[in-house]
Amino acid sequence: MKEKLVNPQYNVNIEGRNRSGSIWRWLFQLSTIIGIIALTALLMNITNSAFGYVALEAKVDPATLATDGVSLEDQSKEQLIELLKSELSSGAYNKLDKDKPFAERSRSNVYQLVLERIVKYEVKQTWSLWESLTRSSEIKKEAAENYPNAKLQFISWFTSDFISRPQSSEALTAGVRTAILGSLWTILFTLLLAFPLGVGAAIYLEEYATDNWLNRTIRTNINNLAGVPSIVYGILGLAIFVRTLEPLTSGALFGLVDPTTANGRTVLAAGLTLGLLVLPIIIINAQEAIRAVPQSLRNASYGIGATKWQTVWSHVLPNAMPGILTGTILAISRAIGETAPLVVVGASTAISFDPTSPFSKFTTLPIQIYQWTSRPQDEFRALAAAAILVLLIILLSLNASAILLRNRFSRRY
Amino acid sequence: MILSTSFTKRSSGLRGRRRIGETIIQALLFFSGFVSIFTTIGIVYELGKEALLFFQMPEVSILESLTTTKWQPHTGNFGIWPLVTSTFMTTLIAMSIAIPLGLAVAIYLSEYATPKARSILKPILEVLAGIPTIVYGYFALMFMTPFLRSIFGKDIVEIYNTASAGLVMGILILPLITSMTEDALSAVPRSLREAAYGMGGTRLEVALQVVLPAALSGIAAAIIIGVSRAIGETMIVAVAAGAGPKFTLNPFQGAETITGHIVRISGGDLSYDSIDYNSIFALGLLLFLITLTLNIISQRIVRRFREVYE
Repeated sequence: MKEKLVNPQYNVNIEGRNRSGSIWRWLFQLSTIIGIIALTALLMNITNSAFGYVALEAKVDPATLATDGVSLEDQSKEQLIELLKSELSSGAYNKLDKDKPFAERSRSNVYQLVLERIVKYEVKQTWSLWESLTRSSEIKKEAAENYPNAKLQFISWFTSDFISRPQSSEALTAGVRTAILGSLWTILFTLLLAFPLGVGAAIYLEEYATDNWLNRTIRTNINNLAGVPSIVYGILGLAIFVRTLEPLTSGALFGLVDPTTANGRTVLAAGLTLGLLVLPIIIINAQEAIRAVPQSLRNASYGIGATKWQTVWSHVLPNAMPGILTGTILAISRAIGETAPLVVVGASTAISFDPTSPFSKFTTLPIQIYQWTSRPQDEFRALAAAAILVLLIILLSLNASAILLRNRFSRRY
Repeated sequence: MILSTSFTKRSSGLRGRRRIGETIIQALLFFSGFVSIFTTIGIVYELGKEALLFFQMPEVSILESLTTTKWQPHTGNFGIWPLVTSTFMTTLIAMSIAIPLGLAVAIYLSEYATPKARSILKPILEVLAGIPTIVYGYFALMFMTPFLRSIFGKDIVEIYNTASAGLVMGILILPLITSMTEDALSAVPRSLREAAYGMGGTRLEVALQVVLPAALSGIAAAIIIGVSRAIGETMIVAVAAGAGPKFTLNPFQGAETITGHIVRISGGDLSYDSIDYNSIFALGLLLFLITLTLNIISQRIVRRFREVYE
């Protein structure tokens, strides 16, 4: 019986097939695990550099600054101000007073000034978090041998001070406030350009466009634009917004030229460049959201005599809005992380003052990370890691809000 | 009677009224749709114009560009090959990581994983896809390079090298290939799988011999998009692959890619109409044409070879 059913030349070999099946299954699982390991390694690598021991050498030993037997840390605000007055040149002291009168400054702020201006700590060496945790005693020995004058301190580069301080060329006092504000200003103009245009284009393509070659071209073109490398947008922005439209982007047209820039490499030019970059993303997402609105809603609206635009404005758009906003948030998080086009458009390398108008020079968070990463000193790499943490937290909260929005407003018809 | 006439009048009046507001709105909407065309025209025009200026410069000749292997704008050498080979190399390394891993993860997610495992794994991939490329650049320089140097030795692996940039770029492209491939795999109808199981196929045979071939067009498109993304990828190579064009095929040496070169050149204050300024437009045009061609090929493949079921 059996011989008749199964061709003797056909080797069923169930066992062998199952074996190769389980081997491959294991390979597939392994690949997935490798992906997860990569993500974990990335996150751990960043955390590893953002915290750890630092050997600090003071230019002026804080112990020598003790007055009347009171150590520097315990001195009152008035004593610290006196100290600043006596140690700094009167010009430097007056400048500080002019920035913000000493009477209004808090004690901790004055203490910071003393550390920055007089004590002047300098980073001699940094250790990663992993080293600091596992070889703590060896590090202490090493630091004591190599830097007898230095003090060893476990510091976190990622602090609230780091977020609120402006950029500085000294690693210990540098912060990302300038960069965060720059990012926000840039994103504002990105949104002002890309949101109305993107939603408008999506409405046109989904509600108005007939199937002719022009509209087909627009559709294909949007898909192609989504695949253009971001650096090409940077070059386009350099040619159009920075150079050709310089009177507009530098503010000369409105008589508002920022004295520090005087060319088109401004917040506005950067924002518009990123606007063009995220436009296809917003259009494609908005199209999907509009397509998901059921035809019956439109028909009901037409049935009571509404015009096309009334239908779109009062029925299609409100129902598509959660989807459109989700897509917009995703586009924003893409724009916040973009670096290459902004380097080409001409982000400033080192500015320590906050952007105040569309026509200010700019730097953004990713640009700041790029600059710190490119510097060879370890302490700047640590700063870059801390800035990456800030960036990732911003992006994570944006994505979380997109997911919440999607879940809260998702309706099924 | 009166009612009906008034009604007719009003409705005919409605039909007759021209709504200027509606027309204006429609024109505005059409304009927003057309902005994307302007963008493309802008890219082609600006890049083309400046690239033309570049090739008209006395120091530059297209023939020499294509036949020499030295790119040094300051000494008048514009051989494109060092930039092209390093771009090619990082892309090759990236794809040799991203294609096998990406396909394997996609097959696992679509054919093997339980719904619960998938609901955990897919967000992880989305997180990987959402991390900015500068972060990957940092990772390449601070993790992958020391890692490679500890394996192969510090004498062989330079601090800046294309291998570490390429490997990390592979991790960057992995989620892109995975998600596009998984879409293609899950578009294959269930009936095909059922039929194959009915014939006595094991899960692996069904996945590799039935589902995979049926989704081949989508997978090919995913790979091409991945290649195009790798060629245009900038920050990883700018941070980790090294500064200075170098004609080498050794992945452990530093070499500047097209994108890396553009970023480094434009990092300083670039003066208009200098040879550096014009050269980045020529390189940008090259980049644009390559990626555009790849994207169009990928769209064609999807359209032409898509298996249509039902």
